[in-house]
Amino acid sequence: MLTNPVLDTVLFYLFALLVLGGGILTITRHNAVHSAISLIVSLLGVAGLYLLQQAEFLFAVQIILYIGGIMLLFLFVIMLVNLDQAAKERQFNRQWLIALAAVAAVGAEVAIFIYKGKDSFHIAESAANILAPGVKNTEVLADSLFSEYLLPFEIASLLLLVAVVGSVVMAKKRI
Amino acid sequence: MHPISTVHYLALSAALLLIGTVGVLTRRNIVVILMSIELILNAVNINLIAFSHSLPPIEGHPNVGGQVFAIFVITDAVAEAAVGLGILIALFRNKETVLADEIDLLKW
Repeated sequence: MLTNPVLDTVLFYLFALLVLGGGILTITRHNAVHSAISLIVSLLGVAGLYLLQQAEFLFAVQIILYIGGIMLLFLFVIMLVNLDQAAKERQFNRQWLIALAAVAAVGAEVAIFIYKGKDSFHIAESAANILAPGVKNTEVLADSLFSEYLLPFEIASLLLLVAVVGSVVMAKKRI
Repeated sequence: MHPISTVHYLALSAALLLIGTVGVLTRRNIVVILMSIELILNAVNINLIAFSHSLPPIEGHPNVGGQVFAIFVITDAVAEAAVGLGILIALFRNKETVLADEIDLLKW
């Protein structure tokens, strides 16, 4: 599968714009429903990035599970708890200045790390796109998930069971 | 134009992580705080996929360890959202508020 580098670059910046723009709108909108819609845009951008890196299975999972499942849950809860009152009040807490300073410090730290270490990532371009013909992403992923990572897979299913029971118990009026 | 390398993905992921952290630290509405946590988890996933893509293949098969881990991260995100929203509903029923700084039962 040959890819066009110019097209890849353009698509990357398009999806990056979706991701960051959606993220910024998510944390700045007053209305929680608008936040949720912006988050969906951001998650769609992330799904596009998965597709750019030949992670087709995760692209499908991102759209079906994240956007179809989790965001639906969020919207349900937003409609269930009455947020009209909350939308009129102050949206940011009193510590926002300290919080921004702390985040800026962490950001500077991460930026220095990435800048100093950027030469170690040169294998990226050479190793990219070496997919043997006939080998599909989902197939390889399933092979790995059900052999190498079988125990974590089972533990994850247990975690989901606990989460389902736990959320039902939490949301029930009387147990 | 430079070709897109792993560093581009790392920078994007760091930016998304910081946006999510700002959301968690500054917003009062619990629903938006939970959404910001989803943003942070997605930043982690972008990192994992980028590293998975950049690793050399093993015996002709592409290295998908990072993608498997991304699946586990998504599983965790689902569990976290379900339990978090369940707690939020219980909280709203008892305290009639969804603002994080008005829930101060454990404060002195």
